[in-house]
Amino acid sequence: MTEAAPPPVLEVEGLSKHFPVRKGLLRRTVGHVYAVDQVSFTIGAGETLGLVGESGCGKTTVGRTIMRLIEPTAGAIRLDGHDVTRLGKSEMRPFRRQIQIIFQDPFSSLNPRKRAGDIVGEPLKVHGVLAAKARRERVAELFERVGLRKAQMDNFPHQFSGGQRQRIGVARALALNPRLIIGDEPVSALDVSIQAQVINLLMDLQRELKLSYLFISHNLAVVEHIAHRVAVMYLGRIVEYTDKITLFTRPLHPYTEALLAAVPVPDPAIKRAKRVVQGDVPSPLKPPPGCHFHTRCPYAEARCRQEIPALREVEPGHHVACHLR
Amino acid sequence: MAAPQAILATGAERRPVAGAPAPEPVLEVENLQTVFYTRGGLVKAVDGVSFTLGRSETLAIVGESGCGKSVTALSLMRLVSDPGRVVGGSVKLDGRDLVGLDEAELRQIRGNDISMIFQEPMTSLNPVMTIGRQIGEALILHQHMSRKAAVARATEMLHLVGIPEPQQRVKEYPHQLSGGMRQRAMIAMALACNPKVLIADEPTSALDVTIQAQILELIAKLQRELGTAVILITHDLGVVAETAERVIVMYAGRKVEEATVGELFARPLHPYTRGLMNSIPRLALMRREAGPVVNRLAEIPGIVPALSNLPPGCTFAPRCTFADEACRAQYPAYAEKRERHWAACWHSDKLPGAAHD
Repeated sequence: MTEAAPPPVLEVEGLSKHFPVRKGLLRRTVGHVYAVDQVSFTIGAGETLGLVGESGCGKTTVGRTIMRLIEPTAGAIRLDGHDVTRLGKSEMRPFRRQIQIIFQDPFSSLNPRKRAGDIVGEPLKVHGVLAAKARRERVAELFERVGLRKAQMDNFPHQFSGGQRQRIGVARALALNPRLIIGDEPVSALDVSIQAQVINLLMDLQRELKLSYLFISHNLAVVEHIAHRVAVMYLGRIVEYTDKITLFTRPLHPYTEALLAAVPVPDPAIKRAKRVVQGDVPSPLKPPPGCHFHTRCPYAEARCRQEIPALREVEPGHHVACHLR
Repeated sequence: MAAPQAILATGAERRPVAGAPAPEPVLEVENLQTVFYTRGGLVKAVDGVSFTLGRSETLAIVGESGCGKSVTALSLMRLVSDPGRVVGGSVKLDGRDLVGLDEAELRQIRGNDISMIFQEPMTSLNPVMTIGRQIGEALILHQHMSRKAAVARATEMLHLVGIPEPQQRVKEYPHQLSGGMRQRAMIAMALACNPKVLIADEPTSALDVTIQAQILELIAKLQRELGTAVILITHDLGVVAETAERVIVMYAGRKVEEATVGELFARPLHPYTRGLMNSIPRLALMRREAGPVVNRLAEIPGIVPALSNLPPGCTFAPRCTFADEACRAQYPAYAEKRERHWAACWHSDKLPGAAHD
């Protein structure tokens, strides 16, 4: 990366998470799922990195590992240059305030028995930042900031629509003034007209508060809109990583090509040669040897079936893991 | 207007050009009314929806959650469960009205003349029954095949929908298949009796995009080969643009617009349709479109109204930038604004020519 002097807000290096697969009476470990395998990227201040891929590619595990909701197997996570990978619970605390997460499902990520205001105020309470009264004021301010009314603070989650609930999730994430917000498919469960409202809100907040986002999504059109740089994952590995314009105009990895070709374009007047990539995503339990994509890749050669391609910088800022590019 | 074209695809080569005669209808739906009796009162989930479906045509019904698109589909097969009920209208399949039929007669139609595939293949397949038996069930019931013949036909169907090793797969259970394969098996089951009409309710919404492309291609291929008419229910305008020939847009239980796909995308005449089209990110970069990338998506303000508490007049008026007194006072007539292009809006003539120019 070409970022200058200050360290990036988030730097992930060689991050891996292997889940053991246990079987039988003694729950013996019979193998590992390489959910995340040697993933590296950085996110600068005020920048959005889009992390895209299909189900089971490990994008959600990356997000949760950065939050330390899941302990990484290997690799380093640095926040503003501080290595937080091995910090204990109490040492981690001040850093936790810096990273917040917004979940996909606005129905299951809010406690139905709590009032909306208390949900948003919870992080402030947990971190002991503000006393009750000041907290309420801060929550009111957050409500207005995300486009909810102060009067709605005493309502319960079921009294809000899906889009409004996602706004509550955004307000909760903002409560502690974090530097980085991880959005795990934050708009995927919303109707399109509401999706636009939440995307616009996230982009406005980024501009105002200089927030950094790790935007995890399977929706390439949304990522094209919101991200500055994009990393494409396939079966636990990053296969392509570059700035948005390069990725969408000159993709190099055959998987990225296939993904882009598969997105239905909402305009019947567009002529498009559509190449449908065949086959299924292989099971992460038994990933194919060599390049994980070779089973579906139209260009695969003998080498692709044996050697794992390294993620190489083929031109400044454009990283691709493919033997043929 | 230029005839819409897409290279591989789907319904493209059969897409009607404006002015072409409508294909002979296989299904005629007239003033369909489905209500739910809830504690909060009567909810009109489908309020006077009418449409026709031509032989081997693909008709898309689009709208957001709660607009009544799925209930419309279920109403056609009379599968709406309590407290919902079809209370009015007619559904004619080749001239025969299905609304008056009793359960036994309906069972002769379901899965035989009209069949349906759903969004989530895992929940719509029986987990304790092999794929072969599930496909064979309809064949034994409707076509009086022997069990052996049914399994043979099921194997053939699995082959047709592109499942590798069909002889093996036919003996397997749903959990042994991947999501895409399950949806293929669902399609095999739905098409086993060679129905006249296939209703696909969000058939690809739970699938990854590369698998979605495979399934859409498969549906289009089978439709070409078997001549099945398809009703495609979806919220995804991309899917609509690539597969449908005609489109119905629904909002709050009613049809608000209908046109051929090319006409609808080129000239949406209802502010809601227009709003939907403007609110989706469009992959402009990928298409190398000239001009700067838009920084802000157009929003449709507000939220979809609850069906139990609809505003008076036009139900879209509270969210519409064109709304005035007339809109708030009276629901607009559903009228043919251009040739074979209908919309329910008082102000269609005030909307600029194209949605995204």
